[in-house]
Amino acid sequence: MSYRLYGFVTQPFRVDLRMEEIKLETVTSVGKVDSSFLEEATKKSGEDLSLCYQCLKCTAGCPTAPYMDIRPNNIIRMIQMGMKREVLGSSAIWLCVSCETCGTRCPNKIDIGVLMDALREMAIKEGVPAREKNIHLLHEAFVQSIRRGGRVHEATMLIDYKLRSKDFMTDLIPGMMLFLKGKIPLLPSFIKGREEIKRIFERCTKEK
Amino acid sequence: MRFSFFPGCTDHSTSLEYGLSTHAVFKTLGVELVEIEDWNCCGAAATHSINHLLSLCLPARNISKAQSSQAGPLVVPCAGCFNMLKRTEHVLKNDEAERKEIEEIVGFTYQPSLEILALMDVILNRIGLEKVQEKVKKPLKGLKLACYYGCALVRHPKITQLDDPENPQYLDRLMKSLGAEPVEWSYKIDCCGADLALTYGEVVKKLVGRIVSMAKEAGAQCIVTSCGLCQANLEMRQEIGLPIFYFTELMGVAFDVEKRDGWWKKHMISPKPLLESMGLV
Repeated sequence: MSYRLYGFVTQPFRVDLRMEEIKLETVTSVGKVDSSFLEEATKKSGEDLSLCYQCLKCTAGCPTAPYMDIRPNNIIRMIQMGMKREVLGSSAIWLCVSCETCGTRCPNKIDIGVLMDALREMAIKEGVPAREKNIHLLHEAFVQSIRRGGRVHEATMLIDYKLRSKDFMTDLIPGMMLFLKGKIPLLPSFIKGREEIKRIFERCTKEK
Repeated sequence: MRFSFFPGCTDHSTSLEYGLSTHAVFKTLGVELVEIEDWNCCGAAATHSINHLLSLCLPARNISKAQSSQAGPLVVPCAGCFNMLKRTEHVLKNDEAERKEIEEIVGFTYQPSLEILALMDVILNRIGLEKVQEKVKKPLKGLKLACYYGCALVRHPKITQLDDPENPQYLDRLMKSLGAEPVEWSYKIDCCGADLALTYGEVVKKLVGRIVSMAKEAGAQCIVTSCGLCQANLEMRQEIGLPIFYFTELMGVAFDVEKRDGWWKKHMISPKPLLESMGLV
């Protein structure tokens, strides 16, 4: 019976929750849903996730939803149901591009982009491997580039990313074209206040 | 008129021509842009994706630099940087506990009087379209273009507080004042997926393909944008060869500023044939 319930959350466009088929024990198990993940995600994101009534506006407007394993509306539903492992291990949290279409349109003012940021940070803290490894690695390479010089230096950032991801062949030609147009400078432009940046990084990456 | 100016990292790299045309246009308008001293990267999407506090402290350092420069409101050309700075401003203004934490880490005291403005906002609402029109020497007559806003300038509206998030008009109004004809289309605020350009090329190609082909179907000869990432992404991931301009470049064309050739050389899809056919080179 729990299958029906899960079917509800994993098939966004076929809402198929036939109440008459849910036996008493399923309802009881719903009653036992662990709400600690909902509380944690609510606190971390600052968004009131219990307000969601599954109107699907977020998913309908999301540019990357078709490529996600769990659609944005279901991410919220699964958080409400305490499915921490599934949510933090999903590709969805990494495929969100923070375009904020969802948050702008949500009738309950839930900023799902902000929620996705919080979920990514929770996944990293909990040591859940990113389902979309390369997206995480690119973010890391980008942030490390800022740590080194205070500004992003594309050439070293891209080399760092390629070494981390071991994906050497993708986008070689566009990269070369940008280089030839003078749009990937060889020399980094380091700022004077690198010590300040280093201090900011130390404070912000410290375990709380 | 004088503003403090945050160029952002792409000013020296992927959106070189945006910076060049911005400075040329502002010189013509007689408005001074004072680059803030020793600015750092805003952190971009990568930072807010993996470290919330860092994504507020990096922009906050720039806000502190702008405060001490006392050169007026802070103007940001890049849509991504603008969004990051506005996110930080929103927290500094509305969350006392977080503001104190940021102030302590960065080592400054926030002054809410500092305004943070998008470049387009400055042109429309501080300089004004009348002054822009005065400077037009070569009206962009007959040039049909699709104004593309993307995400970061208009969303989330509580953060950016700029224009209508579903049907923005800023760029359209500016382009009309230059004599161009913006087309009506439905994809002006759709995301181009630039954040995934390096990691999920196939998805991005589909998103870009849809935006570009819809612009063409609406009758546009080119797309005009105000975001460095959108411009690079739309140019590099499309297959139909539609030129993609920065709005400042088209202002430069209408103002007939010098040394424009250098801008066109930086484009992946040269806009020169289109400009030549319109008699605008």
